[in-house]
Amino acid sequence: MNLVLAKNETGRAVSDSFAVARDRLPGAGKVAEARSAAFEAYERTGLPHRRIEDWKYTDLRALMREVLPLADAPDAAALKRAAAAVKLQAINGARALVLVDGVFVPKLSEVGGLEKGLTIRTLRDVLETGEAALPAQLFSPDNDNPMVALNSAMITDGVVIEIADGVVLKQPLQIIHVASAPAAVAMFTRSLLRLGKDAGATLVESYIAADGTTAYQAHDSLVVAIGDNSRLDHVRLVEDSRDAFNISSAVVTLGAYAHFNTFGMTSGAAVSRYQATIAFAGEHSGVETNGVNLLDGRQHADTTLFMDHAVPHCASREVFRAVVDDRAHSVFQGRIIVRPDAQKTDAKMMTRALLLSDEAEANNKPELEIFSDDVTCGHGTTTGALDESLLFYMRARGLPEKEAQALLIQAFVGEAIGSVVNDDLRELAIAATQRWLEARR
Amino acid sequence: MTALLEMKDLKVRVEDNEILHGLTLTVNPGEVHAIMGPNGSGKSTLSHVIAGKPGYEVTDGQILFRGEDLLEMEPDERAAKGLFLAFQYPVEIPGVTTWNFLHTALNAQRKARGESQLSSPEFLKKVREVAKSLNIPQDMLKRGVNVGFSGGEKKRNEILQMALFEPAVCILDEMDSGLDIDALRIAADGVNALRSPDRAMVVITHYQRLLNYIIPDFVHVMSKGRVVKSGGKDLALELEASGYTQFEDAA
Ligand SMILES: Nc1ncnc2c1ncn2[C@@H]1O[C@H](COP(=O)(O)OP(=O)(O)OP(=O)(O)O)[C@@H](O)[C@H]1O
Ligand SMILES: [Mg+2]
Repeated sequence: MNLVLAKNETGRAVSDSFAVARDRLPGAGKVAEARSAAFEAYERTGLPHRRIEDWKYTDLRALMREVLPLADAPDAAALKRAAAAVKLQAINGARALVLVDGVFVPKLSEVGGLEKGLTIRTLRDVLETGEAALPAQLFSPDNDNPMVALNSAMITDGVVIEIADGVVLKQPLQIIHVASAPAAVAMFTRSLLRLGKDAGATLVESYIAADGTTAYQAHDSLVVAIGDNSRLDHVRLVEDSRDAFNISSAVVTLGAYAHFNTFGMTSGAAVSRYQATIAFAGEHSGVETNGVNLLDGRQHADTTLFMDHAVPHCASREVFRAVVDDRAHSVFQGRIIVRPDAQKTDAKMMTRALLLSDEAEANNKPELEIFSDDVTCGHGTTTGALDESLLFYMRARGLPEKEAQALLIQAFVGEAIGSVVNDDLRELAIAATQRWLEARR
Repeated sequence: MTALLEMKDLKVRVEDNEILHGLTLTVNPGEVHAIMGPNGSGKSTLSHVIAGKPGYEVTDGQILFRGEDLLEMEPDERAAKGLFLAFQYPVEIPGVTTWNFLHTALNAQRKARGESQLSSPEFLKKVREVAKSLNIPQDMLKRGVNVGFSGGEKKRNEILQMALFEPAVCILDEMDSGLDIDALRIAADGVNALRSPDRAMVVITHYQRLLNYIIPDFVHVMSKGRVVKSGGKDLALELEASGYTQFEDAA
C-alpha cells in the first residue's frame, strides 16, 4: 500500500491518504485522536515554505517537494543490510537501540542486561498498550510547527527510555536510525527519554543508511525531560546518505540544578533540518549546545534552536560552527527568549561559518528577546573564508593546500567539538571530521 | 656548479605598483648573503616572491632554484625542495598546536621527497633536540602556533622550524627584530650551526650587529626595488656609518 501525503503542487497533504495510512499506525483512542489533531494542524500549511518566517531559508516545498509513502517494515534482506551498516557505526561500549526503516529491531539491539533503574520500551508497545500507560510528554511537541505535527500524526515506533531517581547510567545509550529500504520511502519515529531526579545518562543518536537506499526521508523527534539535579550528555550524528532527507525535532525540558550538554554534527543527508526547543523549568540549570555542519556538494543543513529561559538563574551557551564547500548551504537560527521572571539569566550564542567556495552559502539568524533586566546575554556571528595569510604560512612550511586547509578546518570546528565531555564521543566527532576532510582531498 | 638560487632581472608588481624593478642576485652553495636597505625598498617583497606568496605578479625575469624554474612551483613544493623563509611577521594559528603543525609539515615535506614518515615518538625526539639546542621551552610546542607568543618567541619559533626542516636555502627576513641580546646570540648560533658547504643563507637585516654573529660572505644594498651595491662584509660597517642616502640618489 502506498500512501501519498503531499504530492500535489502546493505540497498540501490529502486527508484521504492519512485515513488510508491510519490502519498501519499503532494506537487507538487518545492516540488516534492526537494523530488526527496533529494531522489537521499539518494540513493547515502542508510542507512549510519560505514565506513562513521560521522556514525562510529552508523551503521544504522547494527542497523536499513531497512527503514520501510510509516505509514498509523491513524484510530479511533489509535487516541484513542494516546489520552491516550498524556494525560500522555502533559505538564500542554503548547500548545500541536500532530502528530500521522506522521499526525497532530487538535482534540488532542490546535489550538485555539493563542496569538497575533503566527501563526501555518501544514506542509501538507504548502506543498500543492503552491510554493509562501513555507517557505525559508523548504528544507534547507543538503542532504549530508543521513538521512536528506531521511527525506526531505519523509516528510508528521509537524507544521510550526511563531512568529512575538516583540512577547514573555508566553505559551510553545509542539510538541508531538506519534507512534500509531500497525504495523512496519515509519513516516517522519518536523517542522519549525521562531522567528522574539525581540521575545521569549519555545518549547518542546516529542517523545512517544501509547500502542501496534511494532518497529516503527520516522524520524523527525526541522528547527529553531531565529531572532535578540530573545530567544528560547528548550527541547527534547525522550521517544519512547523501540523497536523503532528515527532518528532526527535539523538545528538552530541564528541572532545577539540571544540566544538558548537547553536541550535533551534520555531514550527511541532502537536506536536513534539526529544530530543538530547550526549556528551563527549574532554577540553577545549565545548557551547552554545540553544533558543527560539514557540508559540500549541494547539501542543505538547517539547525534551528529555541532556548527558552522561563525561570531565573539559568545559563545557556550555544556554539555553532559551519564549514561549507561547493554549493552547499548551512543555516543556523538561534532564538533565545528570556521571560520576565528569568532574572540572572546568562545566555550566550556564538555562530561562525567558514565558506570554502564562492558559491557556498551560510545564513545565521540570531534572535534575542529579553523581557527581564538583570541578565547577561549576548550573541556573535561571523562568516568568512579561510585566512589567506595563514594558508600561505602553512604552505611555505610544506603543507599542500588541502592539508593546510584541513588543519585550519579542524581547529575551526574544534572549538565546538571541544565541548563534548565524554572522551570517546569527542574522539568520534573528531574522527567524523577527519573522514570528511579526507574525502575532500 | 649550479647556483642554488638565482634571481635574474626580476620585476614584480603588487596591485598595479611595480615594487621590484629588475633585481639580479646569485646565491651559490655555502654562501651567506646579507641584504640591507631602507624601509620599503622591497626586501620582504623579494622574500615573499621567492616563497611563492599569492598576490605578487612577476612581470619579467626569473627565479631559478638549482636551475629549475621556481615560479612554476607551488609554495609547498618549494618548501619540500629545500627552500625556507623565516617570516618577518610570523602569523598566529589558533587551535593548531605547534607540535602538530610541525609534525604534519615535516611529514608532508618528507612525503613530497619520497622519504619515510616520522612517527610521533621519532618526531618528538627530533623536535626536542632542536628545541633544546635553541633554548626553546617544551611547553611552547604545546601551544597554538605562535598564539600568545612574544615577538621574540615567534622569531625563535621560526629558527626552530628552520633547524627542524634543514632546508638548502634559508631566507631570514629580519630575524633579529624583536630578539633580546641573548636570544639573538642563541638564534644566530642556530643559524651558524646550519651553515654548510651545500647550504646557503640570505639574511635580510637593518642592523650590522646581526652580521657580527652571522658573518656574511656578501652584503647587498637594496634600494627602490633593485640591488644597487654589493660588496664584502665591510660594506655593512660602511652603511652603519654613512646610512642609505647615497644609494637613494643612485637608484
Ligand atoms: N599589497 C601591497 N600593496 C601595495 N603596496 C605594497 C604591498 N605590499 C608591499 N607594498 C609596497 O612595496 C614596497 C616594498 O615593501 P617591502 O615590505 O618589500 O619592504 P621592505 O624592504 O621589506 O621594508 P622593511 O624594511 O620596512 O621591512 C613598500 O613601499 C610597500 O608599501
Ligand atoms: Mg620587510
